[in-house]
Amino acid sequence: MELKTPLYDAHVRYGGRIVPFAGYLLPVQYEGVIAEHLAVRQKVGLFDVSHMGEITMKGKGALASLNHLLTNDFTKMPVGKVRYSIMCYEDGGVVDDLLVYKFGEEDYYIVVNASNRHKDFEHMKKNILEDTQIEDISDSVAQVALQGPQAYNVVRKLMKEEDIPMKYYTAKRDVDIAGMNCLISYTGYTGEAGYEIYTANENVEKLWDLLIEAGKEFGLVPCGLGARDTLRLEAGMPLYGHEMDETISPLETGLDFGVKMNKEEFIGKKGIEERGEPKICRVGLAIVDKGVLREHQDVYVGDEKIGHTTSGTFSPLFKTSIAMALIDKKYSALDTIVEVDVRGRRLKAKVVELPFYKRER
Amino acid sequence: MFKNPEELKYTKTHEWVKEEDGLWVVGLTDYAQDALGDIVFVNLPEVGDEVKAGEVFSDVESVKAVSDVYSPVSGVVAEVNEAIVDDPSLVNGDCYGAWMIKVKDVSGTDDLLDAKAYEEVCAQEA
Repeated sequence: MELKTPLYDAHVRYGGRIVPFAGYLLPVQYEGVIAEHLAVRQKVGLFDVSHMGEITMKGKGALASLNHLLTNDFTKMPVGKVRYSIMCYEDGGVVDDLLVYKFGEEDYYIVVNASNRHKDFEHMKKNILEDTQIEDISDSVAQVALQGPQAYNVVRKLMKEEDIPMKYYTAKRDVDIAGMNCLISYTGYTGEAGYEIYTANENVEKLWDLLIEAGKEFGLVPCGLGARDTLRLEAGMPLYGHEMDETISPLETGLDFGVKMNKEEFIGKKGIEERGEPKICRVGLAIVDKGVLREHQDVYVGDEKIGHTTSGTFSPLFKTSIAMALIDKKYSALDTIVEVDVRGRRLKAKVVELPFYKRER
Repeated sequence: MFKNPEELKYTKTHEWVKEEDGLWVVGLTDYAQDALGDIVFVNLPEVGDEVKAGEVFSDVESVKAVSDVYSPVSGVVAEVNEAIVDDPSLVNGDCYGAWMIKVKDVSGTDDLLDAKAYEEVCAQEA
């Protein structure tokens, strides 16, 4: 039985088409994926991401625990920053990818994927060092994502200027939005500027309505999971279960920037080292023939199977099909022509640079 | 509510069909286009291809997914609607105007439903 997020009634009220996703009933779309996608690229969109998991980590041992559990290095992280990281198993396979917010030397806030939340928490509990307290607070926290070039103008109407995080991957906690206590970060999963706002379950429907109302003059539309997926794909952002899983190391899927191999120790370091230089890598594919690439399709050069697609869709921005694929490194040079088995038909595609889309700053 | 014009016949797999000047015109229903969402690609057979009632003759891609389209009749493709290949969103905009194929030499049909019976199929699936 799927759970409802605290925004379920709002989704129904706004005409969302509800589907089960990661154990929750969430809207896949409202007006349509293309319209919502383009609204986020050109104006601003609002997403319910309350299904995401939130775990707090506190105590004198919190920093050491993070550095032990995660692949990134948190040693010199300033308070108020957000950092992306991978969490690995001993063998270098990926448990999950996540965000770490730092609010104090002994006070961290971790955001994980909905479908991995329980697994992540168990893995953390088993592996934290001494003087570390963790708590899974997901069930009491709701989250919305306000994404798009007009996002700042929307929050500016509802918040004090000094409460708005101004730099990418920074956050502020205990800020006030219409009398509600919120946590806000300059983060997102769309490739656009924007914010993710966390608040208590009982506040979030009011927050949602306020943002919709405040955003009207800027062209804000509510957006579903469909647009969230096409937006993150254009932005070349990986998704657990697609671009990574327990069998793939973060280096094999091109997440080197979140893995500090010069760190003295972390779970998975040895496993990653033992795998040696990655033989596969993550590439972008743009279709050459007519059709749409999807996930889990085999990729060929001639008769040789060189890998598979991990995510694929029709790009509403580029009006053509794009995909990410894990393929043999030998064939990863830009402009290499490959063939993808699309339901028994071999369609030509070209290796292109990731991300497909990068916003102008 | 979905629009299901009285003068058309329907299949359980959400295609519509009508006989017009000896040709059987086939398209996707309102329910189908709505369920698919934004249609971005239509793969049609060629003129002269044979189609069989109840078998796949086309696939339609939306942003979200790919879906097979089944022929309501057996026969030979007489015309294909190139306009929807060039602009697949026409199917979302007017699914009963944006036909897919016209079939000649029809030798048989699938179990076809009238608008009322088809409405019940939609109600059950919704």
